[in-house]
Amino acid sequence: MSVNLFDSKGVSLDKQRMTWKDMVQPPISKLDDEAFTRVRIILTNGLEVEALRFQHLCARMNKDLQVPLAKVRRVEQHQQTTINWLISSDHSPLETTIAYEQVAVEVTAAVAQTEPDPYLAQVYRFGLLEDFDHLYRYSALLDRLEGKDANNILQSHTDIIPGRPTIDEHRAPENDLREHYDRATADTISKLHATTIMAAEYQTHDYYANIGPTYADPVARQLYAEIASIEEQHVTQYESIIDPSETWLEKWLIHEATEVYNYYSCVEQETNPRIKAIWERFLDYELGHFAYVSELFKQYERRDPAEIISQTLPDPMPFESNRDFVRQTLNQEVDMRTSGTQFVDKAQEDQASLDYRQHVNSGGSPSESVAEGYQWMPGTELNRKVA
Amino acid sequence: MNQPVEMSMRNRTGIDRSPADSQKMIDAANAYMPSSKGNGSALMDMESGYIQEAEPVGTVAIPGTLKGAAQATIQMLAGRNAEVLVDKLGERLAFERTGTRLYDYFINKCETMHCEAPISIDTLKRFRHEEAQHFRLVANALETLGADSTSQTPGADVSAVASSGVLQVLSDPRTSVDQSLEVMLNAELVDNAGWDLLVKLADEMGLEDMAKDFQVALNEEDEHLMEIRQWYEQCTLKQAGAI
Ligand SMILES: [Fe+2]
Ligand SMILES: [Fe+2]
Ligand SMILES: [Fe+2]
Ligand SMILES: [Fe+2]
Ligand SMILES: [Fe+2]
Ligand SMILES: [Fe+2]
Repeated sequence: MSVNLFDSKGVSLDKQRMTWKDMVQPPISKLDDEAFTRVRIILTNGLEVEALRFQHLCARMNKDLQVPLAKVRRVEQHQQTTINWLISSDHSPLETTIAYEQVAVEVTAAVAQTEPDPYLAQVYRFGLLEDFDHLYRYSALLDRLEGKDANNILQSHTDIIPGRPTIDEHRAPENDLREHYDRATADTISKLHATTIMAAEYQTHDYYANIGPTYADPVARQLYAEIASIEEQHVTQYESIIDPSETWLEKWLIHEATEVYNYYSCVEQETNPRIKAIWERFLDYELGHFAYVSELFKQYERRDPAEIISQTLPDPMPFESNRDFVRQTLNQEVDMRTSGTQFVDKAQEDQASLDYRQHVNSGGSPSESVAEGYQWMPGTELNRKVA
Repeated sequence: MNQPVEMSMRNRTGIDRSPADSQKMIDAANAYMPSSKGNGSALMDMESGYIQEAEPVGTVAIPGTLKGAAQATIQMLAGRNAEVLVDKLGERLAFERTGTRLYDYFINKCETMHCEAPISIDTLKRFRHEEAQHFRLVANALETLGADSTSQTPGADVSAVASSGVLQVLSDPRTSVDQSLEVMLNAELVDNAGWDLLVKLADEMGLEDMAKDFQVALNEEDEHLMEIRQWYEQCTLKQAGAI
């Protein structure tokens, strides 16, 4: 199936109504559902939260759009609830964290491979190796704090080895900014990628910021503090690749197209029929949002939405293991650092980042302490130590 | 509605589910060295540093105005640490109050699932009633000491954190009666030990009336524990086809 954004009108906004029963459905099984079903849930939850965030900012700056924004936002709110409530309660916050990093690794890797702009592809590969390292640190914490094997969540799709060490990811703010795509010449897929990854990173940041203090263990509290700080850097990075000269309505349209694209990708690949029905319903809802915002765009900007977004959606985002690509990127780019918006070798890293890093790590490094000597093994490291 | 545990090809958590991918993961873990050397003791070192700096979870509330009767009781405790008794009473009170709710959830699950022997809904309802009575019993004991039975003591707080998982399991629609029985057993084991301790504590502190009341509660708790444990064993053995 290929989706024509402008012909498929989806469900009209006034028919997008939900009950509490619709929103609170039986959750997935942590043991039996596919890891990539959980990946899709986390990813789309991130997009729904971003939809709310963006639409609120937009409302603060645009009096005329406040009513339409409030109407669409009500639906986004209920979509977000439906999706996030699919995560079952037997996931400990740390197990959910493992899943968040799996999303960051596998989705960013997929995006990096299909991104047509070479500079942007480099940006994604750069971020990828950092989230890949987070997965390793959190896996060590899961093993050493809860006595659990992170692979119960990852299902052998994603490696648990060090990436660019988290201790080295702390940079001066000015070295987290990147060059942005050009709104007039960028491919549609580049716009969809940027909004998707920015949304994913933002929700990861917020998740860590909220659950960090629910841990009793001071090492866990420190590790969440440290990695939340990197996720904030990641939001800074991915936000900056989006053209800031896009108009508010243009950005709104891209947000809706991004939601359409992701739900379409979910529909195409979902194996759990009950969850697939949710993706189908929400794909129709997002097509409705896109049609609605397209009309506003024509009305206020007197432009054709096709100037912003191509008619047919790109091929679906592949949800699959990217082991070889990640390994290759790790081998080639682990020593990459930044200087302003440019990627440089370790030796040329900007001094401001070195100074900042030196200070922030001077009271000890939680990411190093937690993973001291840590090598993943099936069934936890106790399998090695006791054997 | 959920059935007893079954075996299926659906469980995806172990390495045997995808041997080729798992082997790649294992090879990678062996090929890439940890970024820092050591045996993992850094984690406990950090923990130790925080233990040394830590403040306690909280304190026990000071009794307000002591009425005549409470003054007499407190005098009997002269030279003893009344705050330990108040803390432990507060802990039991909170546990019995939550325990009543645990039984509410468990009874509802058993009724919904049309539970059969050995489980008896009538017996569960009696246990539930006794938990509620024990809650009131401890509240009265605290009041005779002039303590505020509505305040949360450190013991109450910490033991609620400890048993929060029990509540999560019981209130989850997906868990079976058998799984629920296991966590009820978990709660009753701790509860039983708690009452046993309270009887000793009241007795040692010379609070004879209190010790007598607590002994009656302990006898009831002995029955809770025995029944729940038996049901748990019988249900599991029955499911396994052993009886
Ligand atoms: Fe949405
Ligand atoms: Fe991350
Ligand atoms: Fe990230
Ligand atoms: Fe939307
Ligand atoms: Fe009890
Ligand atoms: Fe009991």
